[in-house]
Amino acid sequence: MTELRVFTIADQIDEAKACRTVRFRGSLHADPGQFVMVWLPREDEFPMSVSYVGEGFGLTYKIVGEGTRSLSTMNPGEKVGIRGPYGRGFEVQGRRMLAIAGGVGMAVIAPLVDLAMEERADVDLVLGAKTESELIMKERCEMAGANVHISTDDGSSGTKGLATDIARRLLQTAEYDCVCACGPEKMIVSAFRLSEEHGLPFQASLERYIKCGIGICDSCAIDGRHVCSEGPVFSGDVLASLEDLGRRRLSPSGRIVSLD
Amino acid sequence: MNGLEVEIVGLRLRNPTILASGIFDETGRSMLEVAKAGAGAIVTKSVSMQERQGYPNPCVAEVECGLLNAMGLPNPGIAAYADEIAMGRQGGVPVIGSAVGSNEDEIAEVAASLCSAGVDAVELNLSCPHADGHGMEMGSTPEIVRNVCDIVSARIDKPVLAKLTPNTTSIASLAEAAEEGGADGVVAINTLKGMTICPELRAPVLSNRVGGLSGPAIRSVGVRSVFEIFEAVEIPIIGVGGVSTARDALEYFMAGARAVQIGTAVRSQGTAVFSEVCWGLTKFMSDNGYESISDIVGVAHDDRA
Repeated sequence: MTELRVFTIADQIDEAKACRTVRFRGSLHADPGQFVMVWLPREDEFPMSVSYVGEGFGLTYKIVGEGTRSLSTMNPGEKVGIRGPYGRGFEVQGRRMLAIAGGVGMAVIAPLVDLAMEERADVDLVLGAKTESELIMKERCEMAGANVHISTDDGSSGTKGLATDIARRLLQTAEYDCVCACGPEKMIVSAFRLSEEHGLPFQASLERYIKCGIGICDSCAIDGRHVCSEGPVFSGDVLASLEDLGRRRLSPSGRIVSLD
Repeated sequence: MNGLEVEIVGLRLRNPTILASGIFDETGRSMLEVAKAGAGAIVTKSVSMQERQGYPNPCVAEVECGLLNAMGLPNPGIAAYADEIAMGRQGGVPVIGSAVGSNEDEIAEVAASLCSAGVDAVELNLSCPHADGHGMEMGSTPEIVRNVCDIVSARIDKPVLAKLTPNTTSIASLAEAAEEGGADGVVAINTLKGMTICPELRAPVLSNRVGGLSGPAIRSVGVRSVFEIFEAVEIPIIGVGGVSTARDALEYFMAGARAVQIGTAVRSQGTAVFSEVCWGLTKFMSDNGYESISDIVGVAHDDRA
C-alpha cells in the first residue's frame, strides 16, 4: 500500500512559457520515469513525473488544464497530497546512452541523465522543442556532464528540425549501448525505429489517461498493458507488440480515440 | 476431470475464480490477459446505455487493508463497448456482462444489448455505492430488486445474476427478492460505502467524497453475507469481497458460494492471483480428500457438516 502523504511547497519557478517546476520540503525517492499522483483538495488529482528526486524533490509540468493552472498559482508553504511513486522507470543499460527528449519530456530525461552520470555512463542528449523559449533543463544536463544537442522546429536554437534527425546522425557516427526517449508519441515511434535499425536496446516513457495509478482500473490500457503500473517506461520488446502505439488511446470513458 | 471445474447458472468454468467487474476490464485486450493468466470467467466493466466519463480524480484511495474507489462507472456506452466484449470472448472463458442503469427498463435494455454483443450471462449491478442513481438505488429494497430481476429475466434468454449490496439491514432479503424475480444466481457482495479524510488537508480524499470499500477489510462481511444468503435461497451464489488466497476463497465456498470473484487483489498480486488461488485450492482439496469444489460448498452450515 502506498499511503497518501502531504508535502509542503518549498518553491516554484518558471522553466519556460506555461511550464513550471514545483519543489517540495522533504524527500521522495523515485527512479527516473516514475510518477506520482498530485492531489489538490477539492479540485483535481493528476499524474506527474518526478523531475528532481530525493531531498527537495520536484515535479515539472506544463500548464494544460484547470488542475495544473491551479497548482501553478500555489505559493511556498501551501500543501498538496502526493501518492506514489508509481510505475516503472528508466534503467541505465551499458556505458553509452543516447537520450532523446521532446519538449516537457525533458523533465523525465533530466533525472535519467543524473542517474547515468552517477553510474559513470556517457550521455549524448538530444533535446528538441518547438522553439527556443520551450527548451528546458539544458544547462542542468550540461552541468551534469551530458553532451547536449539542440533542435528546434523553427531553428531559433540549435539545428532546425526534429530531435530524431539529430539522433539519426549521431547513431551513424557514434556507438551506443542504449537509447532512451520521452516526448510526443510520434517522436517516440521514430526514435524506436532508429534504435531498431541499429539493433540497440530501447526504452521510452508513454503517456495515457491515468485514473487509479495503481494498475487496476484499466483506464490507461494500451493493448492490454497498463501505463501506470507496467509503464510508463516500456522496453522496446514490449513497444514492438503495441498496435496502438502512436495511433490510439482511451478517452476518460474508455472510448478508443485517435492519438492526435 | 479437473477438480476445479464448476458449473454455475449453466456456465461451465474451468475453475471457480472470476474476474470481478471494474478491474482490468475496460478493454478487451486486458480481458484477454486475465483469461491468459488463468481466470475461470470474466465480468466486464459495468456498462450503461450512454457513455459515462466517470468522476474526476481522485477516484481511488488506499486505506488499511483495502481500497476505496469512486470511479463513477466510466464506460463508453454499450454500442462502443461491444467491440471490447467481442475481443474479450477470444480468451476462451465465459464473459459475463455487467449492466447498470438508472431504471429497470434501461438496465433491461443494456442487458439485451450485452447479450447481442455476445456475453454468456448478465450480472446486474444493483449495488454500486457511489454512482448517482445508477447503483445502490437500483438495489436498495427487495421490491426494486424483484422488479428489476423480473423485467430483465423476461427480456433476455441468457442467465441473470443479481449483484447485491451489503449496505442494507438484510442482504438475505435482497437475495430472496432476486430469486423471486427470476434471477438465476446472486453475486455478493459489492463494496461497502465508505469515506476517508486527509486531516492535514481537511478534505475527503475522493472527489465524490463517498466511495466503495473493497479488499481484505470487507471479506468477513462478504463471508457472513454469503452464509446468510445460502440459508435463504436455492439459486447459486458467487462470493466476492477480499479474496486474495485459496484460504479466502475456501471461506466463501464453505459459506455457500459456488465460485468467487477477485478484483482488488490484482493490485497487490497482479493477474497471477487467479492461478495462485487455483493452485492453493487444488492442494487443499488433495490434502483433505475433496474431489470437487461442489463437495466443499456450504460445509460450514451445521446441517451440511
